[in-house]
Amino acid sequence: MTMTQQAASAADAQSAPVPPSTDGRTAQRSPARRLLARPEVGVAVGAIAVFLFFFAVAPTFRQADSMATVLYQASTIGIMALPVALLMIGGEFDLSAGVGVVSSALTASMISYQLTQDVWVGVVVALVFSLAVGAFNGYLLVKTGLPSFLVTLGTFLMLQGLNLAVTKLITGNVATDSISDMNGFNQAKAVFSSDITIAGVSVKITVLWWLVFAALATWVLLRTKYGNWVFAVGGNKESARAVGVPVTFTKITLFMAVGFGAWFVGMHQLFAFDTVQSGEGVGNELLYIAAAVIGGCLLTGGYGSAIGTVIGAFMFGMVTQGIVYADWNPDWFKLFLGVMLLGATLINLWIRRQATRK
Amino acid sequence: MATKETSGTTSPPIVELSGVGKSYGNIRALHGVDLTVSPGQVSCVLGDNGAGKSTLIKIISGLHQHSEGEFRIDGEPVRLGSPRDALDRGIATVYQDLATVPLMPVWRNFFLGSELTRGRWPLRRLDIALMKKTADEELRNMGIVLDDLEQPIGSLSGGQRQSVAIARAVHFGARVLILDEPTAALGVKQSGVVLKYIAAARERGLGVIFITHNPHHAYMVGDHFTVLRLGTLELSAARAEVGLEELTHHMAGGAELAALKHELAQVRGVDTDELPSASLGAQ
Repeated sequence: MTMTQQAASAADAQSAPVPPSTDGRTAQRSPARRLLARPEVGVAVGAIAVFLFFFAVAPTFRQADSMATVLYQASTIGIMALPVALLMIGGEFDLSAGVGVVSSALTASMISYQLTQDVWVGVVVALVFSLAVGAFNGYLLVKTGLPSFLVTLGTFLMLQGLNLAVTKLITGNVATDSISDMNGFNQAKAVFSSDITIAGVSVKITVLWWLVFAALATWVLLRTKYGNWVFAVGGNKESARAVGVPVTFTKITLFMAVGFGAWFVGMHQLFAFDTVQSGEGVGNELLYIAAAVIGGCLLTGGYGSAIGTVIGAFMFGMVTQGIVYADWNPDWFKLFLGVMLLGATLINLWIRRQATRK
Repeated sequence: MATKETSGTTSPPIVELSGVGKSYGNIRALHGVDLTVSPGQVSCVLGDNGAGKSTLIKIISGLHQHSEGEFRIDGEPVRLGSPRDALDRGIATVYQDLATVPLMPVWRNFFLGSELTRGRWPLRRLDIALMKKTADEELRNMGIVLDDLEQPIGSLSGGQRQSVAIARAVHFGARVLILDEPTAALGVKQSGVVLKYIAAARERGLGVIFITHNPHHAYMVGDHFTVLRLGTLELSAARAEVGLEELTHHMAGGAELAALKHELAQVRGVDTDELPSASLGAQ
């Protein structure tokens, strides 16, 4: 290794006889340090550690089927964690994300059951509803200037109340009626909740959607104007506005992206279980935020990545299922999650200090 | 120190203010201010806190509208409605804190809000190579050489950050740069860096309005000096007509400075003979 380095530096010296006009005060950061500066490095190291740990203590964990279950578990959190992470990079939270999933599923289920005989109508109405909730959050935030914590806490409580009250009002029950015999159910199930076989292992389709959305989010974040704006509005809103970034548009669309995620996961739940329990979803918003933070997103905005969030959600899935495979009492799960969150945050903090040091 | 004579006196001014004032309700923040900025000229605006510097900048940069007098750009009377208006006419303001997003790389900051793209929607994407190349060239033209445009701009020094903001304004077509206290939060060396870039901007034919409360910094680069006091002109002089000591004197206000000197004389350990003469401005 030292040999190759020497050879490389010798080649550099020969090919560049004219000294490049560099500042001279800042040394080129080493590739290792540059790698450490990526937001997802900390979580990747953590994920490998968790993987090896459960690989060692839980024999069942080593089977391919188990990995498929872990991935499925991770994907249901991960699909939502992606827009939540983008929103966090953009400097805001959405506490209504957890119940928003259930609201969307309830909307689709009840619209389909009560008004039509085709599930697709419900699915489309639910999408419009979820996007509208996101737009409402964003609009309120931008217009009032209140912190997103407060605005979305309000939406969270409102949706939670609506979920229970409207469901009871319409169905007379806390759960919706099964829509499994309606037109289009099987089509929709194929899109949102089917199983596909990869190399002899049955994998839920949400895993694939998760990876597709992650690739899309990464591309948008790093390769488009919009992504640049997301980093800017989260990093320094006033500067962004001063140089002409459409701050209002960026924030509102980020909230709408969370609405889209809530719709997608809601549809998955609806078509996986045929009915929806109206009281579910509470508390999940914090899991999405946890996955984003574990994945290296800065709570204060302006920094983070989609890939890191994917790994954060994967780590979450591993711990959830790993505890089961290791035959431990699942009551310990939240404790593990908390330790993981704190640990990841500290690692990220440390790595960022190392990496941005001059 | 050799005075650099520029072509500023020959080419027509870009920005011209005559008798400009601004009242907020019954508070008269500014009145009777004249100021001209020509290409290749650094016009310094000095004044203590509350002298009306901020109001003046806000009028020129389009944040506020003047309530009296005339404001001309290229000889044409204008009322600017927004900072965007000012930008479209080539007047760019570089605020001290309002310049950059610290955690974003230098090149992303450089093009923020005016990103270059290629390809068609939905595949339209940032033209990263071109943006990096352009940013690097523009920064080099200003004499700023950075080793790594990928480093977050927050890791640059205050002076470098300010300089990147100046280079960005120049690249996006600014003819007049308004620099609001660019050296206020900086150390001696960093201030030197910024002053160097102000000189570089002048060399490139830009008009610069340099707002400061440090007469030493102003005197190093200024071609024309305007001192504001209590909302109106205290002094407006070309470089040839005024010395640093007189500038300092005007800036502090003659009587106040004399009083201060008298007070300091009572304190043991302060050698008042070393202080600038208080009687100079009265001559």
